[in-house]
Amino acid sequence: MASTYTPIATYTANGSQTSITFNSFSGYTDLVLISAGNSAAITAIIRFNGDTGTNYSRTIIRGNGSTADSVRQSNQDAITLDGSYSQPGQNFIVHIMNYSNSTTYKTTLQRSNNASAGLDQGVGLWRNTAAITSLEMRPAGATPWTSGTTFTLYGIKAA
Amino acid sequence: MANTFELISSVTVGAGGAASIDFTSIPSTYTDLVLELSTRDSVAAIASACSIAFNGSTSSFTGLYLQGSGAGVATGSLARFIGNNDSASATASTFANISVYIPNYAGATNKSFSVDAVTENNATTSYTNLNAGLWSNTAAINQITLTPASGTFVQYSTAYLYGVKNV
Repeated sequence: MASTYTPIATYTANGSQTSITFNSFSGYTDLVLISAGNSAAITAIIRFNGDTGTNYSRTIIRGNGSTADSVRQSNQDAITLDGSYSQPGQNFIVHIMNYSNSTTYKTTLQRSNNASAGLDQGVGLWRNTAAITSLEMRPAGATPWTSGTTFTLYGIKAA
Repeated sequence: MANTFELISSVTVGAGGAASIDFTSIPSTYTDLVLELSTRDSVAAIASACSIAFNGSTSSFTGLYLQGSGAGVATGSLARFIGNNDSASATASTFANISVYIPNYAGATNKSFSVDAVTENNATTSYTNLNAGLWSNTAAINQITLTPASGTFVQYSTAYLYGVKNV
């Protein structure tokens, strides 16, 4: 029987962490990262395999209750998750499909939601064919995650 | 056995319709909740809003939406709004799909949720929604109530509530 959303690891921030990193998630087909909580920073970023080079890009559609638009960024040093983490009620959901293959660049399908500040849906790209073996999430800058912010990584198997 | 979406409860609307769909006595033993809806209502329109409430309360909700209609894109704020039901004037036998993800629903924090919703209609107008919602209440969610803007959910509308565990 195929499995869905098998929990791999979960963290709850203690108020001092500026980075959350997941390792050791082999054996699945896709990954799903769920987070709910805040930081004093406005945005957060995702990096794979510790790559800090300008090997990332993204396209999003977003709305804030007043303005709807689309944003495109190339040659970034991380995939940005828009939000307003400094306001309460932020969550995001990131799907990373086919993360373990060594043939294709890696894509994400992501949602960022804040009922006060804005929401978006987007795609991210990591221009590297290596299998993803680590996933780091951090608020922009050196701002820590607010205590109580939760992060859970789930794995999905195709069979 | 590896964890999956575990079905907590389901509702299928029978003949005569339903003024609301309710999930009560939701256990706090999961990490996240997922609602999967297939809905149509009796409103004399192509589509109309579907609303959510937690623990019998309609207070302390905020929400933003990003909506496409086939003619343009709109964004706005509307509390408790989780997308549109297909309504009485939409193509026959056509039901909206609404997916609501509620992370950390039993934690001691305010409850945010993410919504993806679509209607379909073989005509000029139908809707696709991305919504962000917040219930500014730290209580664990133990009840979910869904209501159409007016009228009733019609027969064959369905709602499935799943729990997802992080351990």
